[in-house]
Amino acid sequence: MVDGSMALPAADGRVETVCTHCGRTLGGRGLASATILDGGSQFCCNGCAAAYQIIHGLGLGRYYEMRRRAAGVRALRPEADLPAIDIAAFSRVLGNGYALDLMVDGLSCAACVWLIESVLSHEPGLKVGRVSLGSRRLHLEWSGALDQAKHYVATVERLGYRLVPFDPDCLAASEDQTGSRLLKALAVAGFASANVMLFSVSLWSGAEMGPHTRDLLHWFSALIALPAIAYAGQPFFRSAWGALRLGRANMDVPISLGVLLVSAMSVVETVKGATHTYFDGAIMLLFFLLIGRFLDHRARGQARSAVEGLLALRSRAVMLLAPDGGVRACRPEAVDPGQRILVAPGERIGVDGVVVSGDSEIDVSLVTGESAPARAGQGTKVFAGTVNLAQPLVVQATAVGEGTLLAEIARLMQSAESRRGRFVAFADRVARYYAPVVHGAALATFLGWWLALGAPWEAALNNAVAVLIVTCPCALGLAVPAVQVIAAGRLMRRGILIRNPTALDRLAEIDSVLFDKTGTLTEGSLALANAAQIDGDALRLAASIAQVSRHPLAEALARAARQAGMNVRPTAAVREVPGGGLEAGDARLGSRKFCRVANNDDAAGPEIWLTRQGSPAVRFAFTDRLRADAASTVAGLKRKGFALSLRSGDRNELTRDIAQTIGIDDWVGEQSPADKVATLEAGRDAGHRVLMVGDGLNDAPALAAAYVSMSPASAADISQNAADIVFQGALLAPVTEAVACARRARSVSRENIALAIGYNVLMIPLAVAGLITPLLAAVAMSSSSIVVVLNSFRVRGGGGE
Amino acid sequence: MTVILYLIVASVGIGAGGLMLFLWALRSGQFEDLDGAAGRILFEDDDRP
Repeated sequence: MVDGSMALPAADGRVETVCTHCGRTLGGRGLASATILDGGSQFCCNGCAAAYQIIHGLGLGRYYEMRRRAAGVRALRPEADLPAIDIAAFSRVLGNGYALDLMVDGLSCAACVWLIESVLSHEPGLKVGRVSLGSRRLHLEWSGALDQAKHYVATVERLGYRLVPFDPDCLAASEDQTGSRLLKALAVAGFASANVMLFSVSLWSGAEMGPHTRDLLHWFSALIALPAIAYAGQPFFRSAWGALRLGRANMDVPISLGVLLVSAMSVVETVKGATHTYFDGAIMLLFFLLIGRFLDHRARGQARSAVEGLLALRSRAVMLLAPDGGVRACRPEAVDPGQRILVAPGERIGVDGVVVSGDSEIDVSLVTGESAPARAGQGTKVFAGTVNLAQPLVVQATAVGEGTLLAEIARLMQSAESRRGRFVAFADRVARYYAPVVHGAALATFLGWWLALGAPWEAALNNAVAVLIVTCPCALGLAVPAVQVIAAGRLMRRGILIRNPTALDRLAEIDSVLFDKTGTLTEGSLALANAAQIDGDALRLAASIAQVSRHPLAEALARAARQAGMNVRPTAAVREVPGGGLEAGDARLGSRKFCRVANNDDAAGPEIWLTRQGSPAVRFAFTDRLRADAASTVAGLKRKGFALSLRSGDRNELTRDIAQTIGIDDWVGEQSPADKVATLEAGRDAGHRVLMVGDGLNDAPALAAAYVSMSPASAADISQNAADIVFQGALLAPVTEAVACARRARSVSRENIALAIGYNVLMIPLAVAGLITPLLAAVAMSSSSIVVVLNSFRVRGGGGE
Repeated sequence: MTVILYLIVASVGIGAGGLMLFLWALRSGQFEDLDGAAGRILFEDDDRP
C-alpha cells in the first residue's frame, strides 16, 4: 500500500514517474533497472534503491508513510561518492568503548530521527545512537573497535543523510553548561525554599510553640537553607565578586551581601536560640531571582545558535574535480580558488564561484531571500549556501571558507549581535547608582546605632540588616522582568514570540518601521496571478504536465489548479528538459525561450508558458501574494505616526507596485543586504529608532543592525533566530499588536519602578530609625515585590491599543 | 511531640527524592532536545526489537 501510493498510474497503463525513495521525477532518465522491487517501485539511482532496500529490509517501511505527514519533506538522495571522513580523529574514549558526535545534514522532521535511530538500533555493538532534532546532532556510543564508527556512519549515509563530525572545540562550545548549571541551582533553591517555607509557616503562625520546638525548626531550616544558599547563590556571588574586583557594583552585589548577611545573622540567632531567623527570606529571594536568570539565559541561547547554524551550513563536503577528470570529496575550506567542483542536483553549493558548465536553477532564498529560483548557466555567479535544484553544475571556485558571502553574513550577524550585547540592562544601570546608597545607609545605620547612640552591637546590626533587607532592590529587580514575562506570555498566545529579553523595551521606543518585501509584506509563496485570463482547459493541461515536476513554479501551477477545484491527473510520458521546461507530446510547458514564444512584452514577475499545436500560447504569470491585511496594517501604523519605508532586493518595478498598493511612499528596490544595513545605520545616526520587519537570510544583518527587529515565522530558520521578535500566521497585524503591547508594557514598567522606588524611599528612613525589625523588613520587602508583580498583571488585560 | 521529628525527616526526604529525580533527569539529557521529543512520541515503535 505504501509503495502503491507513491507510484502514479498513468493513462497508458505504465506505472510510475517518480522515484519511490526520494520522490524525484524519473522522466526520461535511465532507470536503475535492477532495482524494480515490490511490484513496481522504481528508483532514480542505485543509491535510492539501496536506501529503500535497507529501510525495507529492516521492516521500517512505515517511514515512507510517516514522512508524508510532514508536508514538503522528502527523503534525501544518497550520494554515490561519500566523502572519506577520518572518524578516528573525532572519536573519544568512553569507558571501554568510544563515543562520537556528528552533525546531521538533511534532518528535516521527527520521521528522520525515527528512521536513523531505528536503523542504528539494529547495529550490533552500538550502545547509544540518539539524534537530537533541535541541535541536529547524532550521538553515538559503542563498545569494541574504533573502526566500527566507519560502519555506523556509512549506514546512516546510505540513507541519504550527510554526517559531519563535530570539532572537539565546537562541541565544547555547543554544550550549554551555563544553562544546566542555572537549572541545577534553580532546582536546589526550589527544593530548599519549599521545605524551609514549610517550617516558616508554622514558625510565623506562632501558635503555642515552645522554645525548644522553635529552636528545632530553626536548626532544620539552617540545615537545609545553608547548603542550598551556598550552592544556588553561586551565580550571584560570582557575578558580584567579578564586579567588585573591577571596582563596579551591579545588582548582584547588594543581593549577595543581603543574602550572606541575613544568613550569617540567622545562624547567630539560631545558635543564640532567638525568636526569629530569616533563612526563608534568603533562599526564596535566590529562588525567584534564579527563575529570572534562567529565562534570560534561554533567550540569549537562541541568538547564539543562529550563528552556529550558519557556520554549520558551510561544513559539508564538496566534490572536487581533479584535472584528470576524477572526483574526490574534500572539505570546502580545502578548495583553492580556481579549482572546479561538481555540484549534484539537490546539493548545497559549498563555495562562492562561477558556473563553468551546466544549466540549472538554484534556490537562492537563503542568501537573497527571494522565493523564486534563479537560473544558473555558464558564467552565473553562485554563492555558498544556495541549493542546486535541477541539473549537475560545474562551478569554478572564486572564494572559499571565510571569504564567502555566507561567512560574511555570519560575521555581520556576530558583530551586530555583540554591539547589541553592550546594552546594559536597566536594573544594572539603576543598581550602579542605587547599590552604594543601600550599602552606605546600612553601614551608617550600624555605626550610628553602635557608636553614636551606644546601642549594643546586636541591636545595631539588627537595624542595619533591616535596612539592607528593606532596601534590597528586589522589587526594583522584578519591576521590569515581571512585566516582560507577562507581556511575552500575552504575545505568545497570539503567535508572537519574543526572542530577546530587551526587545520589548526597544520596541516601545521606535518611531519608524522599515519593511522588507518578499515574505514580509507578501506571503513568500508563489501564486498564479492571471487565473482570470486563462481558460480552464489550458490550466488543466498545464497542471497535469506540471504535476510531475518539483520546480517551484510548476508546483505553484499545480497548486493553483487544485485551488480552482480541478482534479488533475498527471500526464504520462512527460520529459523534463534541463533548464527549459517540460514536454508531453506536442505540448510544451516552460520558459519563454523553451516554448519559442515571440511575445516580447516585459511584464514583471516570474512566468511560464504553455504551447500546443493549433492553439495560441498561454502565459501563466505568478506573483507573490500580499498578506491579506498588509494594507490595513500599514495604514494603522501610519495613523499612529510611524515613518514607514520599504527596502527590497527585488526589481524596482515590483517594489514600486507593492509600495503603491499598500501606501508606502518611501521605497527603494534592488537593495543588497549591505544597502539595508547602511539605510538602518543612516536612520540611527539621524536619531531614529527603526523597527526592521524582514525575512530571509539576506535580512539577517539588517535585522541585527536595526534598533529592534521582527520576522514572520515563515522565514528561513536562520532569520527567525536573528530577529528579536518572531510572529506566526498569514497576517501582518502582529506588528501593530506587538508595538501596542510593548508600549503598554513600558508604561506598566515605569509604574512598577515608581512603586519600587517609592516603597524604598518610604521604608528606608523607618528602618534607619530602628522602627523596623528584620521580621517586618522581610514582610515589607516581599509585599512590595508582590504589589509590583500584581501590577504587572495589568499588561495581560487591556485591548490592543 | 517526637512525631514532629519523623514528619520533618519524612517531608525533607520526599523533597530530596524529587530533587534527585530532577537532577538525574537533567544529567541523562532529557531536557536537551525538547523539539525532538515532541515529534518522537508520534513515531514510537510498538514492535521495537
